Amino acid sequence: MAILVYAESHEGQYKKAAFEAISYAKSIAELSGDSVTAVAINATDSSDSLYRYGASKVLKISSEALKSFSPSAYAKAISELKEGDTIVLPATADASSFAPILALKTGFSLVTNLTAAPSSASPFTAERKSFSGKGIETIQVTEGGKVLTVLQNAFGTKENPVSGTEETANVSVSDSDLKEKITKTEPVSTGAVDLKDAEIVVSGGRGMKGPENWGMIEELANLLGAATACSKPVADMGWRPHSEHVGQTGKAISPKLYIAVGISGAIQHLAGVNSSKTIVVINSDAEAPFFKSADYGIVGDAFEVLPKLNEEVKKFKGA
Amino acid sequence: MKILVCISSVPDTTAKINFTADGKSLDKNGVQFVINPHDEYCLTRAVQLQETQGATVTVITVGDASVEPVIRKALAIGANDAIRVNAASGDGFFVATQIAKAAKDGAYDIILAGRESIDFNGAEVPGFIAGMLDYPFINGCINLKVEGNSVEAIRESDSGKQTITANFPVVIGGENGLVEDSELKIPNMRGIMSARTKPLNVVEPEQTVSKLNVVGYQKPAERGSVKMIDKDNVAELVRLLHEEAKVI
Repeated sequence: MAILVYAESHEGQYKKAAFEAISYAKSIAELSGDSVTAVAINATDSSDSLYRYGASKVLKISSEALKSFSPSAYAKAISELKEGDTIVLPATADASSFAPILALKTGFSLVTNLTAAPSSASPFTAERKSFSGKGIETIQVTEGGKVLTVLQNAFGTKENPVSGTEETANVSVSDSDLKEKITKTEPVSTGAVDLKDAEIVVSGGRGMKGPENWGMIEELANLLGAATACSKPVADMGWRPHSEHVGQTGKAISPKLYIAVGISGAIQHLAGVNSSKTIVVINSDAEAPFFKSADYGIVGDAFEVLPKLNEEVKKFKGA
Repeated sequence: MKILVCISSVPDTTAKINFTADGKSLDKNGVQFVINPHDEYCLTRAVQLQETQGATVTVITVGDASVEPVIRKALAIGANDAIRVNAASGDGFFVATQIAKAAKDGAYDIILAGRESIDFNGAEVPGFIAGMLDYPFINGCINLKVEGNSVEAIRESDSGKQTITANFPVVIGGENGLVEDSELKIPNMRGIMSARTKPLNVVEPEQTVSKLNVVGYQKPAERGSVKMIDKDNVAELVRLLHEEAKVI
């Protein structure tokens, strides 16, 4: 049987989260002996990248109606494919929205925000995020089919090249399935790195003293190819948009490297970032609680340390 | 306009999380419970719509009698009445089944629920409700306006913001941004007094069959001790990130 994976794309290009979902599906397939089939909606990207992570078949849906995101319409399209009894989705904003509806349409159980490869394929047993990163839940699907979502930047990508084939899939979705109507789309600034997908995140807190000082944060982010983020007070004061707020009530992220500048490290902030692989804290207050949860720390004024760090990173990148 | 706000009782955001000795559940000892923050943004927006556009606001929660202080707080914040589905909370499908039934029976126009709870991080309930009732669904909502029998919402997606319209009845998954933190309501004495006499209807749950089994919980591995670097030796940080942590 095949494990079906939703290969999410943005403006036709596959997202890193799609490769992560395929890599995850492949980790199940290795235990169960199944193959991996990816489904793409309105993607124009080459399927080669999907084969590279282990998808041996790619089902391509092209649909005018699905150019506009609607949770029920996306769930309907994927449920019509009737491929196997395991569907893997990335835990992106869009896929997380339609995952429950897809579970209802297929009659499968739903398990969200998986963080690690399953320890068993039958019964499916794996770890997922809980208590905003303060806990790990091990969950089992005792019988029947399952819809799974995979937390971004948690399991990661794993190349597993196979030779694959592409097929066109037809679904019966039409405009009448769109219960919601998108009237305006406002993209985040072009060139900015998607925060949940980012390998490196540079984040600023109240210690940055004002929005006019963000140039230094952005410079470091540019040098490292990183996304920028901020603490909750910074978003609440309007220094930075809410979309950059990481923490318990903002976005939860797990990059390889998280650099926090002028953030004291309240427990609510840690809940959003504590699954980062490596944490660097730069703070003028040696007593800032964040140092206890960091891998590397520098006690120093952001306005003194950041320009030096930017210079050193420039040297390193130039080397 | 009838609004149903789904609230979940969760450990306070500052709570230290521990699990029981058998690893099967949260150790509730010394843990304060609060309205799930994403739900509180939804409740606040609903109460604003009550004040400005004459909506009636019902809160609903699935839980045993121990969650009543959280329901009373929601009533003190301004909800008109409350429903408690009398069951130890189950999985997302179970919770959504209860709420979907109440939403349909009560003919609510807008069902507002936090995008996810900060305890189980399922992010399942709003989508399940929408799917069960076949209602439009706007998730990750950071702005909500009501005009006549429709809503205009702004949704935050991974790639930006979308302005979306949908007709009643509609399910909204709300989050931080739906109202500003400064707009959150702290109940005053009058609110607290009136909350005591507002209707709280206790109903018995519908049964569902779950094929999920929670094997157990554990705490994430502790991070090793922090390595401090002198502020005058920033080059050392770059070296460590490259050679030791191997992240740049």
